[in-house]
Amino acid sequence: MSTHHISVTINGTSYEGEVDSRTLLVHWIRDTLRLTGTHIGCDTTSCGACTILVDGKATKSCTMFAVQADGRQLMTVEGLEQNDKIHPLQEGFHEEHALQCGYCTPGMMMTSLALLQRNPNPTEHEIRVGISGNLCRCTGYVNIVKAIQYAAEKMQATEEIPVGAGQGGE
Amino acid sequence: MIPGSFDYLAARSVNEAVALLDQHGEGAKVLAGGQSLIPLLRFRLASPTILIDINHIDGLEYLRETNGTLHIGALTRESELDNASLIRERYPILFETSTVVADPVVRNWATVGGNIAHADPANDHPATMIAMGAKVIAVGPAGERVIPIEEFFTDAPFETTLRPNELLTEIRVPAPVHGSGGAYVKLERKVGDYAIAGVAAYITLDANGNVTNAGIGLTNVGQTPIKARNAEHALLGKPLNDASIHQAADLAAAASQPISDTRGPAEYKRDMVHTLTVRALRKALARATGGE
Repeated sequence: MSTHHISVTINGTSYEGEVDSRTLLVHWIRDTLRLTGTHIGCDTTSCGACTILVDGKATKSCTMFAVQADGRQLMTVEGLEQNDKIHPLQEGFHEEHALQCGYCTPGMMMTSLALLQRNPNPTEHEIRVGISGNLCRCTGYVNIVKAIQYAAEKMQATEEIPVGAGQGGE
Repeated sequence: MIPGSFDYLAARSVNEAVALLDQHGEGAKVLAGGQSLIPLLRFRLASPTILIDINHIDGLEYLRETNGTLHIGALTRESELDNASLIRERYPILFETSTVVADPVVRNWATVGGNIAHADPANDHPATMIAMGAKVIAVGPAGERVIPIEEFFTDAPFETTLRPNELLTEIRVPAPVHGSGGAYVKLERKVGDYAIAGVAAYITLDANGNVTNAGIGLTNVGQTPIKARNAEHALLGKPLNDASIHQAADLAAAASQPISDTRGPAEYKRDMVHTLTVRALRKALARATGGE
């Protein structure tokens, strides 16, 4: 067992800590930093509930060790809201009723953010492919797609630069 | 689920990674994209004493075509293949392979080198690399070794001929030539799942339309990635038509060794190998003759 000192920027704030080699990034974010917006769903790299951005890339944070995040820029769902103003994605999920239980929503929005940063005007097909690594078990995909389209339109109309860490996409 | 204890070191160069592997021997595991290894660690199906992280090594992520060969850096992410116009335009078989590996979020980290070095018979790149006749570059303390893909996998699952102190650094794929074409066809229950069965086919035709080179690789229908040698040989020297395609599909199905599991009974999977081989060869033929 080795421990490592890491420093990570999350949603623009610097965090430092000592982590074991085996500590998963999602556990450090939730249990140590208490940023519990990021969810743990399947624990098998399947569901995407734990998706965050790592240097702008959508990443399943249950499939990366905390030590690997050292020196990187992270963004979690808590980073979407800026200056008391919710993000167009959050607005879209609200307006289009894109959640029922809400468990998949944080990961769904972070994957969508990375998608829209890379491709500001995706087709429905591109959206569906883009979120295919995020599972919703309330079968809400139709409204999730609408919510992402809502956000895409709003972000383009307002020429708002989407918030986020690092460079967009992969 | 929490992995067991291990040490972690980040290598900054290939030489450093090789030295660390040499020093730590069998207990060391290379951490690349981690999208297979980390789940294995969480389930405690693997228990290395140390992980050597190669993600900080510069210069292992690239796609370059030079002198008739495509060079793929081992750390190249699947998402790079998904998005590279070089791959989409010149290597549709590779595009069809990378875009069905797991899901788009996993592909942001998953690497081509890892997909091959992990030697999971359910992984998608091994079949394609077998069909294309790829070569794998391994670097060890004594230098570089070029391993033909059919000598890279062994008869045992999750096993390769890489030595414990060697690092896979590059995959070399022959560039397309006039009359060549290939396709990867995967049958899956849903996005992100492993194949029920998958078939990669790559062929080259001469000016008369006769097959001069044929490669067929099978995914997830046996203990290891399978090279369907008899099917390949049956195609040589003949035109690719319904009769030869079906003969090769029979032989590919015969080469498969599927087991019955949640993805279907063995008999069904063997049948699917036949169907997918027909589809892959037809698509390869269309591409080799300027279609698609």
